[in-house]
Amino acid sequence: MSDAITAEGLVKRYGEVTALDGLSFSVPQGTVLALLGPNGAGKTTTVRVLTTLLRPDGGRATVAGCDIVDDARRLRSYIGLSGQYAAVDEHLTGAENLEMVGRLYHLGAKRSRARARELLERFDLTDAADRPVKGYSGGMRRRIDLAGALVADPPVLFLDEPSTGLDPRARAALWDTISELVAAGSTLLLTTQYMDEADRLADQVMVVDHGRAIARGTADELKDQVGGSRIELTVSDAAELETARQTLAWVAVGAMRTVPDSLQITVPVTDGPESLRQALGRLAEAGVRVRDAGLRRPTLDDVYLTLTGHQASGADEQVQEATR
Amino acid sequence: MNALTMPVADGWTIARRNTLKIRRSPDLLGAAIMFPIVFVLMFAYVFGSVIDVPGMSYREFLLPGIFVQAVIMGAQITGYTLTLDLQKGIFDRFRSLPMAPSGVLIGQTVSDLLMNLASLVVMAVMGLIVGWRVHTSPYEAVLGFGLLLLFAYAFSWFTATVALALRTPESFNNIATMVSFPLMFISNAFIDSSKLPTPLRVVAEWNPVSTFTQATRELFGNTSSAMKTSDAWPMQHAIPASLLWITVILIVFVPLATRLYKKAVSG
Repeated sequence: MSDAITAEGLVKRYGEVTALDGLSFSVPQGTVLALLGPNGAGKTTTVRVLTTLLRPDGGRATVAGCDIVDDARRLRSYIGLSGQYAAVDEHLTGAENLEMVGRLYHLGAKRSRARARELLERFDLTDAADRPVKGYSGGMRRRIDLAGALVADPPVLFLDEPSTGLDPRARAALWDTISELVAAGSTLLLTTQYMDEADRLADQVMVVDHGRAIARGTADELKDQVGGSRIELTVSDAAELETARQTLAWVAVGAMRTVPDSLQITVPVTDGPESLRQALGRLAEAGVRVRDAGLRRPTLDDVYLTLTGHQASGADEQVQEATR
Repeated sequence: MNALTMPVADGWTIARRNTLKIRRSPDLLGAAIMFPIVFVLMFAYVFGSVIDVPGMSYREFLLPGIFVQAVIMGAQITGYTLTLDLQKGIFDRFRSLPMAPSGVLIGQTVSDLLMNLASLVVMAVMGLIVGWRVHTSPYEAVLGFGLLLLFAYAFSWFTATVALALRTPESFNNIATMVSFPLMFISNAFIDSSKLPTPLRVVAEWNPVSTFTQATRELFGNTSSAMKTSDAWPMQHAIPASLLWITVILIVFVPLATRLYKKAVSG
């Protein structure tokens, strides 16, 4: 199987800031790679470089066999891009937007119109097809933007944080759609801050930090790297959270993580059930009222924390969503 | 599709998009039409009652100047719209597509040309109402409007270049006002520029706004033998000088704007 995307030592600088610091990877045809990392890790820059929107300052890359610098125009006919913010014209209707994109892919007027209708139906936008995008909800905008990326049925897809800003239901629906696309054989490069998103959609996950890849593997491989299990507790108030933190320091084998808003604490341990039994005993002695306790396998969240030593920015929010 | 037909086809697609947009948000078209109407009325009745031009009515003298001014204002819509689009994601979409890079600019300038045409028609009607008349043949009158439209189209590419260099709507508007007002007022568009003090008079004589105004006056017959035309070359040969300006503007700013467009969206 050949590679749909190859990148060798990509470098991109913005003045003093190095957004990409020699990033190398490849994505075999028909597979999904998720770039996982916080804001500013270089995920979006990677997508912009590979989709020819940005010129790299160093390194080489090919997409669908085309060099991103020398063969940019041809490359563009093989890709579909859906960015962080919906790249559609607000004053145009959904149908007009998709038809315009079709024409700009040079599909011809008739085929563009037909393709627009097809996609609107597929993305459940038929009712809104002839209304200006201005009046669409956030989820509908995302869908019309994603539909825009699919107009030419491109073999390689780039989705930059596709579910950012969507409510849980819209997110689940979007994931289903993406899974279908991938099942149909597209190659996909996905960026995300959501660990569960990478877990759910990607064959391979690459953790990116400061423009460098710090780990790569399947979601399970990455979790195994972190090893052990996690005790997850919910306590009754903020003071208890701190007590719990001090009480459990002896049992933790890595960094503990607390989420003050939901009064949760996560403790990495080696010997799961035994550690949990002991932890609960100590907490009872310390007078901490535990409202919920559980043991689980590490998530990509934990992988991320262990590998980078810091949490993704806005991670509190993600942790809450992930554990809801 | 080859290198020649693609920019045209893509430009057409973008122009269609812009025309749809104008239809959906008529405020832009409204502004492009209302502004010149206000100007015709204000100059005709306020300045018209105090300014005398020898051998003809001030309103006849004024209208060609107002036409040129409206074209300059109208062409700024090109730049302004581009800065608005730059703020949104739509240019990312365009640039990730296998379209001609010049297509976006061709489409934008063509749809703005249609808007300028609409605004010229409205103004001509306003002019006829306040007493402006064409004194030449219909053929020359058509040439007059043709020249204005060519100028409008070329000037759109100039404002596109400025917009792509400045990138934000606020800074574009500031610069556009700062440049276009002196350009319009240090000219023969609203006044008899021969009465200006020498330095200003020289600027006015070589100002392209004067050249276009003079050419338009000649083509519409809004001139008077009682009023001596300046000896400066562009004023004596206003029509060829206007065509020369249009050619130069297009040759310089079409490639420049296209280059800036490619760069502007690739940060």
